Amino acid sequence: MTDASSPIVLPDDPSFGPEVQVDYPGYRSTRWRAPDRPLVTLPEEEHDPTGPVFGDSAVDELDHDLTAGHDGEPLGERIIVTGRVLDVDGRPLRRTLVEIWQANAGGRYRHEVDQHPAPLDPNFQGAGRCLTDDAGRYRFITVKPGSYPWGNHENAWRPAHIHFSVFGRAFTQRLVTQMYFPGDPLFEFDPIFHSVRDPKARALLVSRFDLPTTTPEWALGYQWDIVLGRGSPGPTPFEQDGA
Amino acid sequence: MTFGTTPSQTVGPFYSIGLTWPSTELVAPDAPGALELTGVLFDGRGEPIADGMVEVWDAAGGRWGRSGTAPEGRFSFVVAKPVADGGHAPHLDVFVFARGLLRHQRTRIYFPDEPAANDADPVLSALDEREREALVARPEGAALLFDIRMQGESATVFLAH
Repeated sequence: MTDASSPIVLPDDPSFGPEVQVDYPGYRSTRWRAPDRPLVTLPEEEHDPTGPVFGDSAVDELDHDLTAGHDGEPLGERIIVTGRVLDVDGRPLRRTLVEIWQANAGGRYRHEVDQHPAPLDPNFQGAGRCLTDDAGRYRFITVKPGSYPWGNHENAWRPAHIHFSVFGRAFTQRLVTQMYFPGDPLFEFDPIFHSVRDPKARALLVSRFDLPTTTPEWALGYQWDIVLGRGSPGPTPFEQDGA
Repeated sequence: MTFGTTPSQTVGPFYSIGLTWPSTELVAPDAPGALELTGVLFDGRGEPIADGMVEVWDAAGGRWGRSGTAPEGRFSFVVAKPVADGGHAPHLDVFVFARGLLRHQRTRIYFPDEPAANDADPVLSALDEREREALVARPEGAALLFDIRMQGESATVFLAH
């Protein structure tokens, strides 16, 4: 392996931040896909602080509105999802690209592989993107995605979620994750959600219903902040109680 | 006070709804030095992973690209060899995403026509011979080949990040 002075780092090392068990047995697809050998740690000076920068040309004016662009309105519960992209010191990450994708209100993705017998919605594609503003804030208008069955185990259903992809300032801050909705009864049965072993870290994946974000007579509002790591080989401190 | 970082979750099988860009060309195909970089993403049984995604970042040149692995596990980019930068041999940073990967994995691609620079590279020189070879692309005609293997004896070397 590496030279003797390099620490052995396993793919599940909690120093990466909130512990994600990459070979979580409850999630069957990890079996043949999660790395099964120790990771190699780069020397500290190898930390690469750069990453791609996306300008306004990457985003069209209506890309943040998943309910727009079709002949009619999509079916389902209209929602606003907004929050800030921050670094671990709470500083906003400005003008960074946020991409999302999701199932429709019936729990069906517009994807050829999705065979769930729920209807496609001709007025819903399920993809959006935006750049954060000067306060690091993103904002999407969409419909609440439905839960859907998957083949992981008998009677397996995913809690409702929206997939998020975020770039941050450096390539090593790159994050792909899923945002959930508060109080979902499927949480306790979902191995993907539970692959994050620390309940406090899991809670960071759940959005918060927010009445001030809610627009009267029009859409419910959810707030969800995204915190990106330093993207360094060093540990990312986790928020302490009472800190 | 520090904020807890948001945990990673798998990209899942349907990422192509949201993450499809015409972004496989880091340079134009007719640019000087442009070459095809291609490979197959394999699981631990040697089966191609057809619902994965690969991103490459040329830090020295500020160029980024993204390729899906549909339909047969194959990803392809048009790249130019990055310049050597700060004592590093020319390389691309690589991230791998897939259903079944709860966190994306990081690796690097080095270039086979840079043996002296590769020997002096601080990352490559910290590896044993098998690992070093696994991070150097192979020439195949005019293209470069870099297969990514998630598991097993010939697994790709993944880097902590």
